[in-house]
Amino acid sequence: MTPDQAETAIQEALGQVTPGADLAALPADADLRDTLELDSLDFLRFVEILSERTGERIDEDDYPQLATMASAIKFLTERSAS
Amino acid sequence: MPVLGADMDEGTVLEWLVKPGDEVHKGDVIAVIDTAKSAIEAESFSAGTVDQLVVDVGQTVPVGTVLAIITEEGAERAEPATAAAGKGREPAVPVKADQPAPSAPVPHPVSPVIRHRAHELGIDLATVHGTGPAGAITRADVEHAASEPHPAAAPAVGPKAVGPKAVAPKPPSSRPKGRPRAGRPRVTPLARRLARELGVDLTGVAGTGPGGAIREADVRLVQAAGKPAPAAAAAAPAAAAAPAAAAAPAARSAADRTQSMRQAIARLMARSKREIPHYYVTNTADMTRAMSWLHDRNRELEVSQRLVPAALLLKAAALAARQVPQLNGYWVDDAFRPSEAVHLGVAISLRGGGLLTPAIHDAADLELADLMAKMRDLVIRARSGRLRGSELTDGTITVTNLGDQGVESVYGVIYPPQVALVGFGRIIERPVAVGGLVGARPVVTTTLAADHRATDGYTGARYLTVLSELLQRPEEL
Repeated sequence: MTPDQAETAIQEALGQVTPGADLAALPADADLRDTLELDSLDFLRFVEILSERTGERIDEDDYPQLATMASAIKFLTERSAS
Repeated sequence: MPVLGADMDEGTVLEWLVKPGDEVHKGDVIAVIDTAKSAIEAESFSAGTVDQLVVDVGQTVPVGTVLAIITEEGAERAEPATAAAGKGREPAVPVKADQPAPSAPVPHPVSPVIRHRAHELGIDLATVHGTGPAGAITRADVEHAASEPHPAAAPAVGPKAVGPKAVAPKPPSSRPKGRPRAGRPRVTPLARRLARELGVDLTGVAGTGPGGAIREADVRLVQAAGKPAPAAAAAAPAAAAAPAAAAAPAARSAADRTQSMRQAIARLMARSKREIPHYYVTNTADMTRAMSWLHDRNRELEVSQRLVPAALLLKAAALAARQVPQLNGYWVDDAFRPSEAVHLGVAISLRGGGLLTPAIHDAADLELADLMAKMRDLVIRARSGRLRGSELTDGTITVTNLGDQGVESVYGVIYPPQVALVGFGRIIERPVAVGGLVGARPVVTTTLAADHRATDGYTGARYLTVLSELLQRPEEL
């Protein structure tokens, strides 16, 4: 998975969880939970959709790596390469 | 019109899901009702056959108004009914006896039959002069009003022509306040709604209904006439109706909804603080075992099966309510009425502001996975879909969890007529001394706001202690 593909998958997943949010304006290092006001159920749904879309298993221990757009792209790119 | 939340005093029928002749069972969703807070699915309180839909789509009526007549199974349809709710026939969705009556005074009760007739004729009952006993409006009055070429401005409401905007939830009897009726064309509610959806200006439209009332057909005619080609005319209503249906609570724009919800919350919370002497207790629960158990459990599961800590907190809150039943129920008529079932209300914040507190039925009896699924479902439906009336009225104790918002504790306002509200803050690592040694442990601050009329601090303290103990045995939750 390329970084671009990862970013698209993340944006689509976030788009489903927070309809109407301006994801294009999201800084790469912004905390997703804080910026998008995701509660724990939102975040779980985000992980669920992301996992379905990318086919990658995402464990609870991986959640910290999904904190920002930049870290999430890095995580997905590396996970798919391993 | 059922009470679909303690803060509701009127509702608008958005959609009927049954028609006369249909069989319904108790609990079947029979209509979609728009309230100040959201569109809600109203369930039937009885089983039988739908005899008559009394209130039409688009009509706003006060709580307690009969919406539909359902003939109960086994009842003789031909049996003489002295009133709309004679033996064997009862309102499908009557007002709950223990709920507050419509707050605004209704000058004279108008029977559903007359209301229906007025509706058929496009007559606003507020403009009708009653000639019956004590000024009550009779069928003849309604028909007389319909036969008059120009409805007079309602003298009774004339001096109040300048009033709150129409969005302020008021029973229909006081609605004309904000809009002077003089010179306005008579329009049936259905036609008015259709006109709004289709963007048809009703000024100058010739009505073909009784007394010149504008009917649905008239609106469609005007709409079709405004189109250049028949093909376009045929396609247009469907195209125009689709977005309107998607936004179905078409009755309210997002801004209106935000405002009306704010007002509904304001009324209810003000009532709570006015009537309920709150007392507060707080505790800190060690979450080490709970978080560790949860982590181990989630590691084996697919994302969709995983639990969030809130599920454990809710289950523990429900079980604690069962163990301390003095906090589970309602304060009604100067007495506490305990509830055997624990229906756990969950405060759910909505994007764009406001909140709803639907209940998870029998939360204390649910497996954690089921409770988690119900919680997810409620959150999704509260934010994007529809809740059921029973979900919004059955709560026996409510939980608010603001931990995800980063706060450590929350002291809530009780949702009347309930008597307790449980608050959870963020689960956070804190230095905790155990056996003389200080270590970092995850803890959560639990709070309880309770009604001092129903219980004393002793009971509240016991509840939080039980809650804390339950959280130490997550495998039993």
